[in-house]
Amino acid sequence: MIWELDLAILILVIVAAIGALQVKDLLGCAILFGAYSFLMCLLWAIMGAVDVSFTEASVGAGVSTVFFVAAVFRTTRRTKD
Amino acid sequence: MKAIGLIIVVLVGALLFYSTQDFPIWGDPNSPASTHIATYHLEKAYEETSVPNVVTAVLADYRGFDTMFETGVIFCAGLGCFVLLRLFRKRDDDSYYRHVSTGITLHIKRGRIPDASSEFERIDTLWTPYDLIVKNVCRILAPFVQLFALYVIAHGHYSPGGGFQGGVILGASVILIAISHDMRTALGRIGEKTIHILMAVGVLIYSGVGALCMLLGTNFLDYASLSKILFTNEIQARSLGILFVEVGVGITVMAVMISIYNNLSSDGRQDEGL
Repeated sequence: MIWELDLAILILVIVAAIGALQVKDLLGCAILFGAYSFLMCLLWAIMGAVDVSFTEASVGAGVSTVFFVAAVFRTTRRTKD
Repeated sequence: MKAIGLIIVVLVGALLFYSTQDFPIWGDPNSPASTHIATYHLEKAYEETSVPNVVTAVLADYRGFDTMFETGVIFCAGLGCFVLLRLFRKRDDDSYYRHVSTGITLHIKRGRIPDASSEFERIDTLWTPYDLIVKNVCRILAPFVQLFALYVIAHGHYSPGGGFQGGVILGASVILIAISHDMRTALGRIGEKTIHILMAVGVLIYSGVGALCMLLGTNFLDYASLSKILFTNEIQARSLGILFVEVGVGITVMAVMISIYNNLSSDGRQDEGL
């Protein structure tokens, strides 16, 4: 495990998570959530859990982003709060 | 109210950080998790099942019950989305058609052009651009995505992957067609009825393999007894049993992903999507 890489990805995970909470545009939020999932997938891969990482990449970053975009498409793009 | 929420979050976060100090350090061979039963699986999994990827062996063989009910949970999620979202009324507002040879868009207030007409093709109410490159690239890409998904399912014994991941990738290839063309094209390839039958068939394959093991005289999901009908030894039978089960998981997951996407993006009407 390379600790510089680990630290950089951890910081990016936190940035993506806070960004996904703060953004008003729900489409942007869905994309940020996909980025968060992908960074988590990298973290799993660094820790050696390759199967979990593969699941996270396909389910978290792939299909669930599509589901979020589909839900935004059928509801609204702006949040109230 | 916001201030109270912030204080509670900070307090709970501090407690969680404090309690993580008692965790064993990462990768510690003396931690309870890796001393209790993990050593047995790591040492014996290859001898007993001839599956080099221990994760697959544990997931589908030693822990087969758990995975069966996970598949059941995914099946229920698909059914839940279907029951909540699906509408059986036809959309009765206006419809739009494109004249194929000239590219002119027609807006029809009432009535429809028959679906069989080759002069006109139906387009979505929310205008979607006619993009030749996106359509054709996705159409050519889809078979390769599906091939990779089949590889992931079948090669789960030797490399990371398995039924869940492969099923999701298979579903994603159909969703790719639905996004790049339109939902009617994707439903023409794999219809709603087929999707729902496949959802049930996957769970049936999984539990059917388990029941077959019981019929052949061992415990539920103990694949060793499959050697009697597969004409192999018990170790190979366990490896093949894992493959059958993974195929079942893959079929269910694929069908559920497509079903959820179709219902979600078309408002439950399954005619016009994203």
